[in-house]
Amino acid sequence: MDFWFSEMHTSNVKMSIRVDKQLFSKESDFQRIDVFESPEFGKFLTSDGSVIFSEQDEFTYDEMIVHVPMAVHPCVRKVLVIGGGDGGVARELSYYDEIEQIDVVEPDEMFVNVCKEFFPDNAKGLDDPRVIVTNRDGLRFLRGKQDEYDLIINDSTDPFGHTAGLFTKEFYGSCYKALHDDGIMVYQHGSPFFDEDEEACRAMHRKAYKSFPISRVYQAHIPTCPSGYWLFGFASKKYHPLKDLDPERWNKRGLKTWYYSTNLHAGAFMLPKYVEDLLKEEEGAEKK
Amino acid sequence: MDIERQKSAPVYEALERFRKQRVVPFDVPGHKRGRGNPELVKLLGEQCVSLDVNSMKPLDNLCHPVSVIYEAEQLAADAFGAAHAYFMVGGTTSAVQSMILTACKAGDKIILPRNVHKSVINALVLCGAVPVYVNPDVDNHIGIALGMETSQVEKALNDNPDAVAVFVNNPTYYGICSDLRAIVKLAHDRGMLVLVDEAHGTHLYFHEKLPVSAMEAGADMAAVSMHKSGGSLTQSSLLLANHTVNTRYIQQIINLTQTTSASYLLMSSLDISRRNLALRGHDSFEKVSSMAEYAREEINSIGGYYAYGKDIVNGSSIFDYDVTKLSVYTRDMGLTGIEVYDLLRDEYDIQIEFGDIGNILAYISIGDRIQDIERLVGALEDIKRLYSRTSSKLHNAEYIAPIVAATPQEAFYADKELLPIRETAGRICSEFVMCYPPGIPILAPGEQITEEIIDYILYAKDKGCSMQGMEDPEISKLNVLK
Repeated sequence: MDFWFSEMHTSNVKMSIRVDKQLFSKESDFQRIDVFESPEFGKFLTSDGSVIFSEQDEFTYDEMIVHVPMAVHPCVRKVLVIGGGDGGVARELSYYDEIEQIDVVEPDEMFVNVCKEFFPDNAKGLDDPRVIVTNRDGLRFLRGKQDEYDLIINDSTDPFGHTAGLFTKEFYGSCYKALHDDGIMVYQHGSPFFDEDEEACRAMHRKAYKSFPISRVYQAHIPTCPSGYWLFGFASKKYHPLKDLDPERWNKRGLKTWYYSTNLHAGAFMLPKYVEDLLKEEEGAEKK
Repeated sequence: MDIERQKSAPVYEALERFRKQRVVPFDVPGHKRGRGNPELVKLLGEQCVSLDVNSMKPLDNLCHPVSVIYEAEQLAADAFGAAHAYFMVGGTTSAVQSMILTACKAGDKIILPRNVHKSVINALVLCGAVPVYVNPDVDNHIGIALGMETSQVEKALNDNPDAVAVFVNNPTYYGICSDLRAIVKLAHDRGMLVLVDEAHGTHLYFHEKLPVSAMEAGADMAAVSMHKSGGSLTQSSLLLANHTVNTRYIQQIINLTQTTSASYLLMSSLDISRRNLALRGHDSFEKVSSMAEYAREEINSIGGYYAYGKDIVNGSSIFDYDVTKLSVYTRDMGLTGIEVYDLLRDEYDIQIEFGDIGNILAYISIGDRIQDIERLVGALEDIKRLYSRTSSKLHNAEYIAPIVAATPQEAFYADKELLPIRETAGRICSEFVMCYPPGIPILAPGEQITEEIIDYILYAKDKGCSMQGMEDPEISKLNVLK
């Protein structure tokens, strides 16, 4: 049997993963969710035909979106995770004892339940007593919130699908308002490589750069993402991702990671020239 | 309405049959199912260009419908509770003009509110009828023209017993309805026709909780923008008629100005949209109403904005309110509607229907999702945080009562001269001036220009309204009668 899952990364580029079997398929009010079992990536979950994460490479993503801000901010007590219904981000956050509350706001209840059933290693993060899961639209949850959080993680992946509202100026503005004066927001920044994705990537930086005094971009290698190359955004009111990085403090924690290290942290902000150029272009466009 | 019959879509089905016959085209259009224009096929898709065909026996002819188009029009009439329905391919503008050309001849009087769409006054330029304006009531807080008070209509009817028709907006762009049933009774008692502009009221026919529709209220004709809340393609529309008008005569009037090459893309979109409305319209508009109500509550809880709804109903000039509309008054934030409209588009990538001096209107339809509503509300909250300022004393009157000094036709065709706008006070204007959208004239041909009107025009232009209708696009000059 020759059974493959394919995802179009552009109209001319297709990524295919050999599949053993399909474990789940259902349409919720928000998206169609499928879960597959594959020899190379283990179990993986797709939303409307796009890979969201796989067992084999989710660690990169979850570690990079959590440990980077946590190694910079000196004391995080209250965190908001937008999306993150799989629990991977909450799991990484739960390793930090000083955190008192983790709000996970995932609009799609079915997404949470599917992850609990098929990805218990991720979903165990949601069982931590400090985690409060709310099934609500992210923008709606943020409305009226002011000066409440030390860290906001936007764990939504798709700037075009049902989470499009989380890649907008109104979202960044709402996050700015909901953060303390020294708060940090990290978010998915997409992939800059293919022409189709470049504009979305530019627009995200333009909006964040305008909304926050400090706005930097960092990178990671995630095989199931378009072109295998993924960016994250680091937007902050006070702390600089490199100048305020405290490697000693973080390393003393002795956390076990597979991708993140404080050495990599510094390197992740060193971007390829073409990415640096396109980000600079957007920063320049705002100053005009 | 016969639900079983409503499940068919005769024009669409005829196109499907025709496609399967693989007829070799030696007729127009010349692109021949797209083969002669590959770039067009790439843009629109093969399915779309293959439907772009000419009128012929199996597909009927819109100028003289006898088979599939006639059947489709009958189904539309049944769905809308009308005696007859006409598929229109020149926008609701063509439907509005056909109503007026059917009802009025040169010199006939027609009673109408001043906040009509420009297409109405254009029709008066064409046919030479004389407008008698009923001044709409104006809400001093939100600064918009409302509906007509029934007593004002009655007075106009008594003052002009020779008028042939009354024209009513149902609802206005902002969702406001006059007491249509009462106006129909007043007009019919005097032997006058009632013509209704339902450009913003297609959905009224499909939900009992919405304001009364023209056909249900017993009006004689109605122009219905299927392409707005009905979901059909832009430029497609319906003209509805009751038993009280000669349907053959209406067809002749339509044919005076309508194309003889009507697009089957537009007609099939009318056909399947009518089917969709008949079968699923009730559920859709239930959902649209609840989304709009939710948005209203959320926007009002931000503070500083006023999203008005049924609360503004006053039994007279606001006899009823169409809750699917989402109009928001923005001036208490120190921002004009047009400023908020521009911010939403330029800064938040949100395109709303229009902004005027004091309000914005977001169009909510069967294509919307709740997460998009959250974006709109989120953006409005962010605009308040970043851009609000103390509201200063600014122009608020959206409506200035016109002084009709000549008929639109006389003024339009008269000898005229182009003068600097500041020098035109006291003269008679020979052209239109309007903000578009909403496309309601500030000045129409034949109206006297006043200092107040000049101030208002320059203010609206300064605030970034798109000014249209004039010969001079910069509106530094105006055409006036010699």
